[in-house]
Amino acid sequence: MSTLNKTSRRDFLKISSLTGGGLLLGFSWFSAQAETPFSITEANFAGDLSFNSYLSIATDGTITIFSPNPELGQNIMTSFPMIVAEELDADWTKVKVIQAALDTKKFDRQLTGGSGAIPHSWKKLRTAGATARYLLIAAAAQRWSVPSAECTTANGMVIHTLSGKKLGYGALAEDAAKIAVPANVPLKNRKDFTIIGTATKNVANKDIVTGKGIFGLDFYREGMVFAMIQRPPAFGTKIKSVDSAAAKSMPGIIDVVNFKNNVAIVGKSTWEVMKARKAVKIEYEKDGNLESTENHDQIFAELLKSDKAIIRRKDGDVETAFKNAAKIVTQEYQCPFVPHNPLEPMNFFAHVRPDGVELVGPTQTPGSARQAVSKLLNIPEDKITVEITRLGGGFGRRLKYDYVVEAAELSSIIKLPVKLMWSREDDMMGGSYRPAVKYRFEAALDADGVMTGYKLRGVGINLGNATREHNFPAGAVPNLLIDSVEHISPITTGAWRAPVTNFLGFAEQSFIDEVALAAAKDPIEFRLSLLNKARTNPAGAIKYNIDRMETVIKQAAEKSGWGTKPGVSQGFSVYFSHASYVAQVCEVVMNGKVPVIKKIYAVSDCGEVVNKSGALQQVMGAVVDGMGTAMYGKLSFTEGKPEQKNFDEYRLIRMKEIPAIEAHFINNGIDPTGLGEPALPPTGGAIANAIFKATGTRLTRQPFIDDPVIGKLLQGY
Amino acid sequence: MPVFTLQINKKEYTADVSADTPLLWVLRDHFGLVGTKFGCGIAACGACTVLLDGDAIRTCVYAVSRIKSGQKITTIEGLSEKGDHPLQLAWDEVDVPQCGYCQGGQIMVAAALLNSNPKPGDAEIEDAMHENICRCGAYHRIKEAVKLASTKI
Repeated sequence: MSTLNKTSRRDFLKISSLTGGGLLLGFSWFSAQAETPFSITEANFAGDLSFNSYLSIATDGTITIFSPNPELGQNIMTSFPMIVAEELDADWTKVKVIQAALDTKKFDRQLTGGSGAIPHSWKKLRTAGATARYLLIAAAAQRWSVPSAECTTANGMVIHTLSGKKLGYGALAEDAAKIAVPANVPLKNRKDFTIIGTATKNVANKDIVTGKGIFGLDFYREGMVFAMIQRPPAFGTKIKSVDSAAAKSMPGIIDVVNFKNNVAIVGKSTWEVMKARKAVKIEYEKDGNLESTENHDQIFAELLKSDKAIIRRKDGDVETAFKNAAKIVTQEYQCPFVPHNPLEPMNFFAHVRPDGVELVGPTQTPGSARQAVSKLLNIPEDKITVEITRLGGGFGRRLKYDYVVEAAELSSIIKLPVKLMWSREDDMMGGSYRPAVKYRFEAALDADGVMTGYKLRGVGINLGNATREHNFPAGAVPNLLIDSVEHISPITTGAWRAPVTNFLGFAEQSFIDEVALAAAKDPIEFRLSLLNKARTNPAGAIKYNIDRMETVIKQAAEKSGWGTKPGVSQGFSVYFSHASYVAQVCEVVMNGKVPVIKKIYAVSDCGEVVNKSGALQQVMGAVVDGMGTAMYGKLSFTEGKPEQKNFDEYRLIRMKEIPAIEAHFINNGIDPTGLGEPALPPTGGAIANAIFKATGTRLTRQPFIDDPVIGKLLQGY
Repeated sequence: MPVFTLQINKKEYTADVSADTPLLWVLRDHFGLVGTKFGCGIAACGACTVLLDGDAIRTCVYAVSRIKSGQKITTIEGLSEKGDHPLQLAWDEVDVPQCGYCQGGQIMVAAALLNSNPKPGDAEIEDAMHENICRCGAYHRIKEAVKLASTKI
């Protein structure tokens, strides 16, 4: 791994040796404008060039790109090279990706989250590839004394068709580096794509299936010590007293140290630390509200009536619309706290030395982590390096860097290189959860079943805005009021895959179904009529694309054979998030009294699909995650203490519970718009709507297995 | 502390650890065999699975002292010499991994299944694999890969 620091001569030599010389094109990965890449040579490197990534072509033909984004399973280590190779006409398997270490001076968006890696890189990578191709052609044309226009490229070679001459990119790389870089090199027409859009296997497969140590927890360093931290077991408590004498005298234990509300057990091996941890006696005392799940139910009920809500969007005159309504539909939906549960628990290596800090591990936000460590230890950021390993899942948890800061603080206290590991219990009890939330929806219908009024109140725990006020059906209803109220709790919350929309999607799409039923309309027809209204007679600003949403709805209806399958209960759902559109149809078949989820269709418009195989993984994984969380996911509390601590008490979806999934993509040539999250929000609603159709029971509260009427029938295995 | 001699991936390893040390931590901390993963510590997720004389065991709860002299341990690193076990090839062919953290454990459970039942049906695959968690939700492809591998054994 390497760091690309402020363009010093030393850095240039480092990059050159790393990439094998030849052509080196610098470009700005995340800058707002599409800038022209430029050739970097030893001569011009003395200047203060600004670039944060590079594409290099070595004299042996190896192509390297320098990627700032952490890899956590979204498969960018495969899709980034595919994009470059497409424009370059290169063999994509010859394109290596180097995972950049943290460099905030260079990368203004060095994080993974928000389904943004591909959308933000798309044009930059294509332009870099196309520019390199242009230079290689020019170098070959010069050497052969023919016009560039007579040359073409294929599979890593420049070809002069008339004479039959061919040269590999490696042989041309040094000459190409001497040619002036043009502005505005044209990009390929998408109909000529041969790599983008194909199903391409993950480049890390070999390492993964042979057990290579590529994850954060696999990082070992000679002389490092192991540590775990006992944190308060309940939110709203703090340490009163610690007796660590017995633990300190146990074999392999180096020290037991207290800092803040942490008791860190430091030892020579993981198991010795785990054992000694049980011998530490800690008393805790109250330090805030000790909240239980019942308290939250009570708080939600009060907040739904509160007059202190923040208005998020208001169109028309809601009061009059409801006064004049022929029919009013009201429903409340609720979702609990859930932990992220990435299978690799939180961990980080830290070595705080007098001359600087070394940090190694799995993080989605290396920049923020370094900033926090710098502030805490009062060490300048340029003395802190962060090396990013592969992440064993994230789901939003590793956007928080608490565990990085803990590791650094501990290393600074014990003055040793340390690997801090959280146990599964630490992870599940340690906070940053998806917030618990409740919604009340109200719809006013006129005599023709047209929705004339719409009210949404979202109340959440440590969740500023529980709504997405500009999403559908805003714009399709003339009189609309969306507001929210927050309860501040000691229970910590954070972003969880598709923040807010992962539960709002379920609630809203369930409610739209209820309204369609009250209006005596087919659920799909009802949604299409709302979209049509938003198009022809919009109320207020429309911040979603009506055509794209309409297309996925119609495609999902067609692919699933909507309404044409006797004995099959179909539920519909569609949601717009992270700039992409996903419609889903869930199919439920009754097995006696038991509703069985047989199949889920998902039609996604995420713009151009770069890697068909990776895209399918994202959609299928998100549907499985959305289903598992809606069906089983719940973290409940007694006096601030989580009641589920490990996978024996917290239920994650497993193989026997998954339905068939059929995924389709809209091929519309729009630039990519993100796919790590958008297929999750519609799933809960599609399932609830199908189960309603099959059983007549409306599921309004997650997890569905807790439903008082049919929960027991949904238990499964 | 007692010294344990273990046969792992056709090699002999020795460790001077307390008798109750789970095999997982002996593999990882003492032998550098980090392909065997920690996920839960209570045998509920399967990330730590290895083969003991061909059967799957959960190393996070399997004390090193339970391993008898002469028993052979196979970890993901030793499933094949060149990474070309039919399961490893099938995992790549079907393009199973997302984050990849659980996949070593998944493959070892599948290896134990195919040892005892080289041509498992769908239900038998599901029964064997159900106890292993894949948080990314790659279950469809895991199942497909086990099936594919079973046709090549």
